[in-house]
Amino acid sequence: MRKGFALAALLAGLSGQFPISHATGWNMPVGVSQVSRDVYDLHMIIFWICVVIGVVVFGVMFYSLFRYRRSKGAKAAEFHEHTTVEVVWTAIPFLILVAMAIPATATLKNMYDASEADYDVMITGHQWRWQYDYMGEDVTLFSNMSTPKAQIAGTEEKGEHYLLEVDEPLVLPVDRKIRLLTTSADVIHSWWVPDLAVKKDAIPGFVNESWTRIDEPGIYRGQCTELCGKDHGFMPVVVHAMEQEQFDAWLAERKQAAAAEAGGVDREWGLEELVERGEKVYATVCASCHQAEGQGLPPTFPALAGNQALMDDLDRHIDVVVNGVSGSAMASFSGTLSPVDIAAVVTFERNAWGNETGDVVQPADIQALIAP
Amino acid sequence: MAPQSPPKATLEHSQSASGSATADGFQEEHHYRSGPLRWLLTTNHKEIGSLYLIFSLAMFMIGGAMALVIRLELFQPGLQMIQPEFFNQMTTMHGLIMVFGAVMPGFVGLANWMIPLQIGAPDMALPRLNNFSFWLLPIAFTLLLSTLLMPGGGPNFGWTFYAPLSTTYAPPSTTFFIFALHMAGISSILGAINIIATILNLRAPGMRLMDMTLFVWTWLITAFLLIAVMPVLAGVITMMLLDINFGTSFFNAAGGGDPVLFQHLFWFFGHPEVYIMILPAFGIVSVIIPTFARKRLFGYASMVYATAAIAILSFLVWAHHMFAVGLPLVAELFFMYTTLLIAVPTGVKVFNWITTLFRGEITFETPMLFALAFVVLFTIGGFSGLMLAIAPADFQYHDTYFVVAHFHYVLVPGAVFSIMAAVYYWLPKWTGHYPDERLGRWHFWLSVIGVNLLFFPMHFAGLAGMPRRIPDYALQFADFNMASSIGGFLFGFSQLLFIWVVVKCVRGGVKAPANAWDGATDLEWTVPSPAPLHTFETPPDLRDFKFH
Repeated sequence: MRKGFALAALLAGLSGQFPISHATGWNMPVGVSQVSRDVYDLHMIIFWICVVIGVVVFGVMFYSLFRYRRSKGAKAAEFHEHTTVEVVWTAIPFLILVAMAIPATATLKNMYDASEADYDVMITGHQWRWQYDYMGEDVTLFSNMSTPKAQIAGTEEKGEHYLLEVDEPLVLPVDRKIRLLTTSADVIHSWWVPDLAVKKDAIPGFVNESWTRIDEPGIYRGQCTELCGKDHGFMPVVVHAMEQEQFDAWLAERKQAAAAEAGGVDREWGLEELVERGEKVYATVCASCHQAEGQGLPPTFPALAGNQALMDDLDRHIDVVVNGVSGSAMASFSGTLSPVDIAAVVTFERNAWGNETGDVVQPADIQALIAP
Repeated sequence: MAPQSPPKATLEHSQSASGSATADGFQEEHHYRSGPLRWLLTTNHKEIGSLYLIFSLAMFMIGGAMALVIRLELFQPGLQMIQPEFFNQMTTMHGLIMVFGAVMPGFVGLANWMIPLQIGAPDMALPRLNNFSFWLLPIAFTLLLSTLLMPGGGPNFGWTFYAPLSTTYAPPSTTFFIFALHMAGISSILGAINIIATILNLRAPGMRLMDMTLFVWTWLITAFLLIAVMPVLAGVITMMLLDINFGTSFFNAAGGGDPVLFQHLFWFFGHPEVYIMILPAFGIVSVIIPTFARKRLFGYASMVYATAAIAILSFLVWAHHMFAVGLPLVAELFFMYTTLLIAVPTGVKVFNWITTLFRGEITFETPMLFALAFVVLFTIGGFSGLMLAIAPADFQYHDTYFVVAHFHYVLVPGAVFSIMAAVYYWLPKWTGHYPDERLGRWHFWLSVIGVNLLFFPMHFAGLAGMPRRIPDYALQFADFNMASSIGGFLFGFSQLLFIWVVVKCVRGGVKAPANAWDGATDLEWTVPSPAPLHTFETPPDLRDFKFH
């Protein structure tokens, strides 16, 4: 610990010298919920217990190292065992641990009680974005990182919330108990917002449960914390907490937009508008694996540009996007993209990067395929 | 290492006396064989020990070079040097190589050299098996490293290789990774069997179990842990193999499988594995501190019992690595309590070391410096471990740099420092020369400053919210990472000094007597330095020997 404090002082000195200094702190955030405050308190209690033990133990150690050195004429004593001492230093740590376990148990029990929630949100992890379903409200969001590639490559100055900003944050009301159900569509992810002290793995085939009640309106940022492949470092979590009235207005607006979206399925779509829409869908959903120019990352992620086998077989192309490819990284998108988006992205892929098939896929056909 | 003794009482010779075809002449030729075949075919515990140690050092440098690639990329925010795909391969390979290639073989090398010398045995009980266990390793790790050149790259799913990222979503080279890990696992199991057979059967007459050094004791317990858990690892990677190549669905949810099962199996292996990498370190420190404090180890019996207690508890704590997977409350509480319990025997060990120092007659040669740094820095790693055990708080720490700081504190200034302490301590016995004390001190101080600058800021980065295994990070973590990277390079390049000290010591230096350290009392210090190729061909007479 001594070394630790010396080092902390050294680091404090260092951090003043470097230009990039956006440090929000050196410690766990206290957070904005009762649970996060309880967790912070536990963290500080156990930390100070460790500090006290450290001071005593290292104190005796360094005292011995200075006092009993041969160069100062020390002569070794003979003693080498003492049963009472052993019993004492077995029993005392045990009692400290019991004392520590009691508040930890209480907090944990509280964290596990997700009953009587006001809202349920299903959180689904995808490589590499989050999907939020407001259960019973027919509102679904996809949350992608919105930091421009140029900032990551260093050709553009990095913004204040570099890597921690998204196009669609999870919007939640304050002072309401929100049940968070986590699952995954592909590999294991983990949904973490430090200010809420909620971290739960999103596991394919499982639905995990946690909850939060946010006290203050604000924007709270976190990240995926389970290695989930190439872009694990680029799937932030952003929660936007607002007052109930604002939240209600937001939700109503979203419901309307969703209804309007569903209406587009029935009409006949033209090539131009599908390609335009498909390009956007491709950029947010497909490009992380199949790459911006459709060149892919073989052998794991096949190329789409110049993929003759795929271009010759429209039905297979649609089938792959709708149903995924079993035993590979290609997920099924029938549940995550709307029929319009699927039709648009397939049309885009068949008419981009030199794939000049001229094919136009109608949303109605996709709709028929998904829900016949 | 000139052979000096007549080839009489080795184990193989006692077998030949009972009718085996092995002739004395063959033995002679075998031991004097020159060139690479000598090393390929050797069955001598000292030569195999050296092979293990050289292999371990080579892997330490390769794994360390990968760590430096990681630290270079993380020096500043943004992607400058490498792409995320390669970054993930570096973190994965760094972990695998350091755990299975550097730390474990390092301890096995020390066991090979020192267990027979500390128990008065002529060799390991199963010399040919010993040769096989070693030579599996270079093959396994050549194969593992070659995956980096395969299409799709090497393993990129972290050293914990959680399914389904490591199965359905893995690069095609994963099958080779499984094969390599199988070989390393077989090597470990065979090595463990050999160590148990040696300790239980070949102790010199008159040496009871409770007369053995702590190094031998901790290795005996470690070997049992290895035999218990390596087959579990073999099982889990075989299930992966079947999922990838034979269409099963052990870990594939879409086929009715269970990704969480993977984690239970992995950590049932993985947690005892953590103690496999630290118990021998406890043993090393427990022989070095009494030597340089010139005082018997305080609480020998309680040290043995504490080691056994830690080993038993290590089977009951695995799910503390999985607090965030959604375990039921009862399981969460159970694993929190058992994990907290581990602090009790671990604390006993630290208290015993410090009481050994108390009222001793202390000097600070290089091995002692490393051993003392071990006690301090391992304890800091223990404190963060205690914090991680508190399940509600673990939701905040889990999979952040706080965890990275924690396990690097117990593994680098913990396990790795203990291996370095052991090398400095026993080099006089191995080479007949003292290592250069001045260079050794330089190596120590550079390492200890580097390692703290490298790992201490990671605590802060983790608490401030930086997840592990990310190639790029938000701006508030920039200062911590820059400090870590500077520390990383300082620590990494300091190890070149270590290699130089070892090479220099092998080539020459101040001649060491049989008992190289005036406070040393264990049995290995009764044989000449350098230890002849064959020692204790007739068991030593221990009637007047003062144990530990």
